[in-house]
Amino acid sequence: MLIRRRKASDVASHEITSESAYLDRRQLIKATGLIAGSLALGGALGRAQDAEGAVLPAAGGKFADLKKGYAKLGENDKPTSFEDITNYNNFYEFGLDKGDPAEYAPAFKPLPWTVKVDGLCNKPGTIDFNDFIKPHAVEERIYRMRCVEAWSMVIPWAGISLAEVIKRFEPQGSAKFVRFETVVRPTEMRGQRSANLPWPYIEGLRMDEAMNPLAILAVGLYGQPLLGQSGAPLRLVVPWKYGFKGVKSIVRISFVEEQPQNTWKAMNGTEYGFYANVNPKVDHPRWSQASERRIGDFRRRPTLMFNGYEEEVADLYKGMNLTRLY
Amino acid sequence: MAEVDTSRNFETFVRRWLKPAAFVIALAPFAWWGYRALNGQLGANPIEATTRYFGDWALRFLLIALAVTPVRLLTKWNGIARLRRMLGLFAFFYVALHVMSYVGLDLFFDLRLLVQEIVKRRYITVGMFALVILVALAATSTDAMTRRLGGRRWRRLHSLVYPAAIAGVFHYYMMVRAGFIEPLTYGLILAALFAIRMIKKA
Repeated sequence: MLIRRRKASDVASHEITSESAYLDRRQLIKATGLIAGSLALGGALGRAQDAEGAVLPAAGGKFADLKKGYAKLGENDKPTSFEDITNYNNFYEFGLDKGDPAEYAPAFKPLPWTVKVDGLCNKPGTIDFNDFIKPHAVEERIYRMRCVEAWSMVIPWAGISLAEVIKRFEPQGSAKFVRFETVVRPTEMRGQRSANLPWPYIEGLRMDEAMNPLAILAVGLYGQPLLGQSGAPLRLVVPWKYGFKGVKSIVRISFVEEQPQNTWKAMNGTEYGFYANVNPKVDHPRWSQASERRIGDFRRRPTLMFNGYEEEVADLYKGMNLTRLY
Repeated sequence: MAEVDTSRNFETFVRRWLKPAAFVIALAPFAWWGYRALNGQLGANPIEATTRYFGDWALRFLLIALAVTPVRLLTKWNGIARLRRMLGLFAFFYVALHVMSYVGLDLFFDLRLLVQEIVKRRYITVGMFALVILVALAATSTDAMTRRLGGRRWRRLHSLVYPAAIAGVFHYYMMVRAGFIEPLTYGLILAALFAIRMIKKA
């Protein structure tokens, strides 16, 4: 019995070795310049056989055992189609049109990827993408996404808790804000060849906002790894804020004392603030934020305070003048 | 003899076909929109796409209509003047589609909201200013109205097309979030067309 069980478990573990893990290992081997024969050497073999080597399934594959996380939706909230989510994007790194990211992102080859964590923390470092994700459970979170341009979607993300990530790097008491930075690769991101925005794209959160359980770092949507146009391989999702806070293709996370100068606020501080909380009562100077068009709907619908996440986040802003601190 | 004949044939050919050809070409953007609308190819936000698309073509046709006189002055080809009214009316056609898309599809005929937006949003105020002028110009574009107003008054009224075009370009410039190159390009073309007219007339 005992022997049979062990055999069975061996088979199971073999089966869950995804194609992507296999492919990524091959890439790793290539990158380190190892020839096939040297696989027999202990260290290399051990690494190559590590089933946890890659956290992303291969292109076209799905995340295995994705945990179900927060998915509280309203009656009229239905997940937006994958087609719409991945073809209607603001990601100026690839161009100004909503269709540009989908059209030009295939030139962007994110992996291999590293994330630099620095600033006021005890465990800074430059971490390989797989090692960055591996310690955390990838969960499905279905969130509304409200763009500052008054359209919205519902997106089933796959991501990891930002709070858990932050704890791991042990920020110091003096760290009041978290600053995020997008990659700069003008050869792969054609929008970065023009100066429509100053690159790199910068965003930031107050430490308590970043520690809110709703905040995640997403690695996928609809159970698949993020495509370039959605911010592959790693992006911020803070569903109670306007979409531009969701900085994409993150290469650097810094713990800082001063409020970071986020890109849109630096570009035009009278129209875009640091907080950028969804607020139907505070209009954008050029358009109303009272209502929004859900992608796929014909009529507009009213916009909800904090995008409907008032219960989860309102405490963060108690006593703050949200008209001034928009 | 043969040469004279060819050139005369060519002139007749142009006279006969210039206007119908321009008419069909000017309708092409509308046809292309119709084709994509019927095939569900307007993207995830078809209302926004429609409003922007017709807005773009309204501006382009305004500049095209405004280019007729400078082209005539530069090439001395007077025949092109026959296209001026038609192209101007096409500009108005695309302006009308742009506004209908905004009021009818985007705001869903919420006129209270429309008034609020005109008052509150400067880029819409500026756009409406251009619209009012263009309505007046389209309404007085007929031969009968030209006669009724008299040549001089008619010309003076229709020189308002410049303030309308400036407002149109400005309306576009004010609504973009980033990437000011396109509205600036329209502005430069408009300035160049105006300059040619001024220099050639002086």
